Amino acid sequence: MSGADEVKIAFTVNDDRVEVTARPMARLLDVLREDLRLTGAKEGCGEGECGACAVIIDGALVNSCLVPALQIEGARVTTIEGLAKGETLSKIQQAFVQHGGAQCGICTPGMILAAKSLLDRVPHPTEAQIREGLAGNLCRCTGYVRIFEAVVRACEAP
Amino acid sequence: MQAPSIGRNVLRREAREKVTGRARYVDDVTFPDMIHGATVRSSVPRGKITKIHFDPSVPWDEVTVVTAKDLPGANVIALIVDDQPCLADGFINHSEEPVVLLAHPDRATLERARRGVRIEVEELPAVLSIDEALAKRRIAWGEDNIFKEYFIKKGDVDAALASADVTIFEAEYETGAQEQLYIENNGMIGVFSETDGVTVWGSLQCPYYVQKALMRLFDLPAEKARVVQLETGGGFGGKEEYPSMIGAHAALLAMKAKRPVKIIYDRAEDMAATTKRHPSRTRHRMAVKRDGTIAAMDIDFVIDGGAYATLSQVVLSRGCIHAAGPYQVPNVRIRARAVATNTPPHGAFRGFGAPQSIFALERHLDLVARKLGMTPEAIRRKNFVKHGGTLATGQVVRDEIDMNALLDRALRESDYHEKRKRFARENEGSAIQRGIGIACFLHGTGFTGSGEKYLASVVGVEGTPEGRVRVLASSTEIGQGTNTIFAQIAADALGVDADSIEIAQPDTSKVPNSGPTVASRTCTIVGKLVETAARSIRQTLVDAKLLKEPYTPDAFRAAVTRHVNEIGPLRAKTTYEQPKWLKWDEVNFIGDAYGSFSWAVYVAEVAVDTRTYEATCTDFVALQEVGKVIHPVLAAGQIEGGVAQGIGWALYENVVWKNGRMSNDRMTDYIMPTAADLPPIRCFFEEVPYDGGPSGAKGIGELPMDGPAPAILNAIEDAVGASIARIPATPEVVMDAMTRGR
Repeated sequence: MSGADEVKIAFTVNDDRVEVTARPMARLLDVLREDLRLTGAKEGCGEGECGACAVIIDGALVNSCLVPALQIEGARVTTIEGLAKGETLSKIQQAFVQHGGAQCGICTPGMILAAKSLLDRVPHPTEAQIREGLAGNLCRCTGYVRIFEAVVRACEAP
Repeated sequence: MQAPSIGRNVLRREAREKVTGRARYVDDVTFPDMIHGATVRSSVPRGKITKIHFDPSVPWDEVTVVTAKDLPGANVIALIVDDQPCLADGFINHSEEPVVLLAHPDRATLERARRGVRIEVEELPAVLSIDEALAKRRIAWGEDNIFKEYFIKKGDVDAALASADVTIFEAEYETGAQEQLYIENNGMIGVFSETDGVTVWGSLQCPYYVQKALMRLFDLPAEKARVVQLETGGGFGGKEEYPSMIGAHAALLAMKAKRPVKIIYDRAEDMAATTKRHPSRTRHRMAVKRDGTIAAMDIDFVIDGGAYATLSQVVLSRGCIHAAGPYQVPNVRIRARAVATNTPPHGAFRGFGAPQSIFALERHLDLVARKLGMTPEAIRRKNFVKHGGTLATGQVVRDEIDMNALLDRALRESDYHEKRKRFARENEGSAIQRGIGIACFLHGTGFTGSGEKYLASVVGVEGTPEGRVRVLASSTEIGQGTNTIFAQIAADALGVDADSIEIAQPDTSKVPNSGPTVASRTCTIVGKLVETAARSIRQTLVDAKLLKEPYTPDAFRAAVTRHVNEIGPLRAKTTYEQPKWLKWDEVNFIGDAYGSFSWAVYVAEVAVDTRTYEATCTDFVALQEVGKVIHPVLAAGQIEGGVAQGIGWALYENVVWKNGRMSNDRMTDYIMPTAADLPPIRCFFEEVPYDGGPSGAKGIGELPMDGPAPAILNAIEDAVGASIARIPATPEVVMDAMTRGR
């Protein structure tokens, strides 16, 4: 692609201000993975069905494969890389480690961000709310049982 | 001494990398100068290639193009039968056959190039179903469309069928294809150098399968065909054989482009082109006495293998052996055939033929029970095999199994009897009809028959200068927990904690061939080799007087360090030896089909909405006897995940075929269960140790795929009285069964 088609887009990722040069309709997923080398967001389907590419934009859980780069000008994006503080895992990450919430791990970044998005809105969700909150993220390994367990335990953690 | 780590929930090895997004899967890896590769495929199921057109508007001088003419060695993906080409050369046998490979640095240009190739084909009539394959009016493979045929014969079935004191029950059952749908699509990176040969890095289950294919294709010795597994985002059998194809393609492009080439399939390509579970058709003819005793089973089991032989004969043998279930029947005849059709080859998927034949049997037992006026529970109790009894192949059951006790507990945990009564009461006049169903089954651990003997797997263990111990095996971590359980097994064999154990990355240049990561064999078969090899280096240290029992973990570490620094490398290799008692006649399918079995009773509860004909699984109890449970959380994770896939296969996952191609090749219209679709999956274990496994462990990975579909369909029949003989039981299928004869 020629540079003439590209635009500069400035936004915040995990508290860092970044500026990228990209085609306006480039997918946020590709901007994150290729331009910023944040490869925690994964491509599972490319059409917003599986949630493996989920990130949080201005507080809302979004599938980054469906977001055109132009739309993130000025936005605050949180990816899985932004959750741990140094080597200290977030409560949700810690609960996934301890309670078997990750198997193959490919859905895990999106799943953890979906759980964060849920708990940010509903700190103590019911089982039905957890099922609903995670229903946009597909996992083929776990049957979701240990993922629910991890989310419940994360709510209980101090 | 260190407290044992087996039986405890030590933390998953790669969990931290996975929850932080740091784990590196193939699409996260780049090499300097790397470019992207793509595959141009046929679009018709069968025909002759007459010409390949290249759109002149594409800058072809920038594009690396590989066709069958560029292959340095044999045009074959070596596996069992050498029938599948790496690139079609003149003839098309299925609609997703790779014909031309392309590579370019820019993905948008690459996509333009891919669309700019048109393969002109003189289309020929295709074979597109099991019935068409068996009719033999058109031949898709060999002389008769039959990849393989097996028979099991026990007793005298014809005499039993003709006996005066039995009733004959006949029915036919069908199961559909199922996509593995690992969330990480297939992908490989190929690298070529004149001096080192080919290297491929990627998402795969069986490094040495890929190596074997590369050696034939490039005509290179083993040391010049290297395969390295990267973090793998799920496999379920779907990354057993097809990665050989993708690895070969990436390596061919890399050789021609003289640069590393990465091929990542998108979801549609992965769904349409790579392997799926074999569709099946099973006919049962069962002779049953008035009291429910089965006098004879006469079973005709057919699976659709697709266009090439791949692993179909192995899938067939497992399906065939499991077709008679955990029952003691004096007369059994099973005819099993894998047939060819012009669809992309079907392949390995968790359960490997057993879920198909078990579905038919467990549905058929409910049909027989109903017609005899018995309960589903009673007919099974009447026929369960016991310790010391014989299975269909004549194998004497060595496991100390009590299926009656297992059934008792499963019914208790699921509140089965109380629910049956309650549902009968509550269903009266309700739009929602509830029901409950059971399935009883077994699953053989490891390769069938003499398969493990032929594999002759090897595991290595070595000490490091830091006093740690490294396990060397080609078994891959694909989410199921290989790395974690190997560490536990080695730790307990050495009397140290699991954190003192390192697991080498599967890399054919560094680890021995411990066989493929398939067939529920990793924990039991390979884990036992890990245990034995670890014990061997412990003995070496004791014999060298560097270690005296009992010892502390610190003393062990010091002894390893001293050995490595002062005496030399501390290494042991262990090769699989078949148990002496195991006798298998692979021609006549007589004898010990497996070293051990895992045994299970599953109970499913369903709700059927009689207005929409939608069936939902509302509760699930999975009780299994799997020998010693090495890691309770990982083991339960295997069961829960397998049950979820089983529920998907039973109710939702419908591969729609159009002229030999999967037409619903996307997650939008191929439906797998979400968090909102699944019931609570309640998992229980019984543990009867098996002396052939580490600390007594048996196979676990495939077992949970076998039970959900028949239990759910039995529950639907219990709920609405409709007998459904095929899956997936989508609302259309349920409606058809409920309104039939109205």
